[in-house]
Amino acid sequence: MGGYLSVNEADKKKMLSAIGVESEMDLYKDIPEDLLLGRKLNIPSGMSEQEVLGKLKKIAAKNKVYPTIFRGAGAYRHYIPSIVGEVTAKETFLTAYTPYQAEISQGVLQSIFEYQTMISELTGFPVSNASVYDGATAAAEAAAMCRDKKHVRTLVSAAAHPDVIRVMKTYAWAHGASIELVPTKDGVTDLDALSSMMDSTVGSVYIASPNYYGQIEDVSKAAEIVHASASKLIQGVNPIAAVLLKTPAESGADIAVGEGQPLGMPLSWGGPYLGFMAASDSMMRKLPGRIVGETTDGKGHRCFVLTLQAREQHIRREKASSNICSNEALCAMTAAVYLAAMGPDGMKEVAGQCTSKAHYFADRLASVGFKRTYPGEFFHEFVTDTPVPSSTVEIALDRADILSGLPLDDSHILWCATEVNTKDEMDRAAEILKEVTQR
Amino acid sequence: MKLLFEKSIKGTSGHYVAPSDVPEYRLDTSLLRGKEPVLPELSENDLSRHYTQLEKRSFGVNDGFYPLGSCTMKYNPKINEVTSHLEGFTDVHPLQPDDTVKGCEEVIDLTKQALCEITGMDDMTLTPAAGAHGEFTGMMLIRKYHEKRGDSARTKVIVPDSSHGTNPATGTMNGFTVVSIPSTPDGYVDLDALRAAVGPDTAGLMLTNPNTLGLFDRNIKEITEIIHGAGGLCYYDGANLNPVMGISRPGDMGFDCVHLNLHKSFSTPHGGGGPGAGAVGCKEFLKEYLPEDFSEAEEGAKAKMEAHPDSVGKVRSFHGNFLVVVRALTYILSLGNEGIPAAAVQSVMNANYFKVLLSKKYHCAEPGLCMHEFVISMEEEHKEKGVSALDIAKGLLDEGVHPPTIYFPLIVHEALMPEPTDTESAATIEDAAEKFLRVYDKAMADPEAAHSWPLTTVIGRPDEVAAARRPHLRWEPDGEEEFGE
Repeated sequence: MGGYLSVNEADKKKMLSAIGVESEMDLYKDIPEDLLLGRKLNIPSGMSEQEVLGKLKKIAAKNKVYPTIFRGAGAYRHYIPSIVGEVTAKETFLTAYTPYQAEISQGVLQSIFEYQTMISELTGFPVSNASVYDGATAAAEAAAMCRDKKHVRTLVSAAAHPDVIRVMKTYAWAHGASIELVPTKDGVTDLDALSSMMDSTVGSVYIASPNYYGQIEDVSKAAEIVHASASKLIQGVNPIAAVLLKTPAESGADIAVGEGQPLGMPLSWGGPYLGFMAASDSMMRKLPGRIVGETTDGKGHRCFVLTLQAREQHIRREKASSNICSNEALCAMTAAVYLAAMGPDGMKEVAGQCTSKAHYFADRLASVGFKRTYPGEFFHEFVTDTPVPSSTVEIALDRADILSGLPLDDSHILWCATEVNTKDEMDRAAEILKEVTQR
Repeated sequence: MKLLFEKSIKGTSGHYVAPSDVPEYRLDTSLLRGKEPVLPELSENDLSRHYTQLEKRSFGVNDGFYPLGSCTMKYNPKINEVTSHLEGFTDVHPLQPDDTVKGCEEVIDLTKQALCEITGMDDMTLTPAAGAHGEFTGMMLIRKYHEKRGDSARTKVIVPDSSHGTNPATGTMNGFTVVSIPSTPDGYVDLDALRAAVGPDTAGLMLTNPNTLGLFDRNIKEITEIIHGAGGLCYYDGANLNPVMGISRPGDMGFDCVHLNLHKSFSTPHGGGGPGAGAVGCKEFLKEYLPEDFSEAEEGAKAKMEAHPDSVGKVRSFHGNFLVVVRALTYILSLGNEGIPAAAVQSVMNANYFKVLLSKKYHCAEPGLCMHEFVISMEEEHKEKGVSALDIAKGLLDEGVHPPTIYFPLIVHEALMPEPTDTESAATIEDAAEKFLRVYDKAMADPEAAHSWPLTTVIGRPDEVAAARRPHLRWEPDGEEEFGE
């Protein structure tokens, strides 16, 4: 049996005797007899490390790892520098808990402060929290920040990621509120429709840019419309695109949220990922979750602490606006190491290659009959029509160990290209599709 | 120590990405940001050293005894890191076709089966990303249950005053009114107060058992019966499952749904505050309300949604913190049906041994046996000599021990809450007890000095009031300190 106990029989005897009980089960005398399980758990016997690793390797081998992926839709394969995994595997970072004891947690606290600064730089906002679970819950929490008795409505662009919409709906339902979808037009949020939906009871509007279809939205115009009703605009952001595109702050949004996975986190079938949130000063005290701040100790040395804790559940209890406690600290550190390793030039290179490769790929696909569905500019994802059923495309590319774009329906596919996709891969995929359509 | 930004040397960043092999495409300048983001530029050597320095200024389970109550800081096995880093798990896209992720599905199924058996539940979701997220999910099941029955009067959630802060906050997030009920002087749920609190407006109860005083509530069956009798449901906060796993099951105690912190009882690392995972289990009659564990974006999502029309919805994108689940499964497979209860027993033995050793000087809030943790009160010492729980905690830092949880539970004044966990040896516990007792003596001998502890850490006590009053939440490139308000 595998196990990690550090006590032998002699120790046990000594401990039980000091405690003043005869047997281990005497320790459980407070549990009524009929509540004791009284049998073995119906799970397998323990295994040696060798056996466990063997079993999990076998299970992992049942998954298909695609050498080439043209699928994004909220999770992106990027190149991850080796140092990222090495730093975040450091035992102390891995095994520490929340840095409540600041004097022995300056390392973790400083790393979060550095992370907050980077998110602040990417979004243009002065305040970032220390992370939430993922991009979808970040959006849901942001909507909750803007909701009160007078501002009960939340509008969400139908061009947002389906999981973001669904999670926002779920959180809203729990709050006794609801979400209304703003329709799309040509693959972007229909701003005329948004205008007509606005009134003074709208707490916030959520628009992602680039949106689910990869399209770059006119966030500035949306902000004007939203602010005319004194409501708040929440912008969903891709952190790689944020290096190039107008920041949420520049566009006039009030809160920026997003999925931080592209910043050094592997695909991992969806998690752990990273929800980031940043906002203007005026929203600072409404942000959920932990926030690290700079201060000084008795000797005047700079140091870092968890701050503004009066917002949080362990102080406010039922008056807290969010119950979040554990967050995604190690993923926030992953993002910080990734951004620091790449540096400003490396990030520009990645974002630039994403744009260039996606546009090259869009042209290649168009040349074999897969025309873009929507006009307008995009970042690293785009939708095409497909002349053959999308499942046929998926199967044909799978045979070449290529994960196709995501079928949105029978006749539309959402494609993605990042810096890891080579020209050869894209040309090969286009060639395969050409054959498929000519069959 | 300098920040990454202050160590930046222009032009020294690494070159990690292959050069582009396609023509450059430039987005129209009207779409672009006005100013490039300021990011640090460091050589890999400098970057690596920076984080090594930060690691030295941190404290993990690997650095020493970490008896942080209610957090179950047990040893995090290395094999967990190996299995969760297998390429077959890390390099799989969350929207791959079902038949290419059979391995992921097997991990989920095996973990669900084991956790259902350990908790006495009938079904489980692994999508919640943390304990509080699991609480939120579990209470949504209860909300949905009442809603589907048209029982709209059930607006109140009962929470004992010894509960974790996440419980009342979770109640509020679900639109419930939170009713706090007192504990008896000996630390249990006050049955009379509970009977008086329940009624046709009771949606449910949120409870940890063992509770935050480290006591197993022997009236637990009666408690859950009172709630059920009033038409409410019972929610089990699994933060304190460690001492009873494989010994006693929430499902048998009368609970209808539970959450588990996979990063506590099931040994996945805390990562400096996350990621964790908050599995939620429920009895058969609630399973139709479980959140969707598929993505809305995946192929076939519509059919899957139609098959679960009463689901509360979705609490996180994709499938949750999958790699955390891989680690928990690794632990469950390693320990198996003998190892799981053995770990529970050891956590209780270690806590009781530690309690006996500390009782030589410290005053425990409750006498007698405890489960996996116990609570010390410094109330008397504070009144008499001004020595607070905080002073003791800070004194422990100088001894190289992570302090217990402090000022919790709220019903004990000047509380210190140690939880030694199952993976500590007798020698470690004895050594830690000596340190706790030494700190006690030193503090009582010179209370003034104790207020300025710690003395040997890289910083002294930080000015938290100033931090909150003039928030300084990011580094400023121009060196000028700008404050949030």
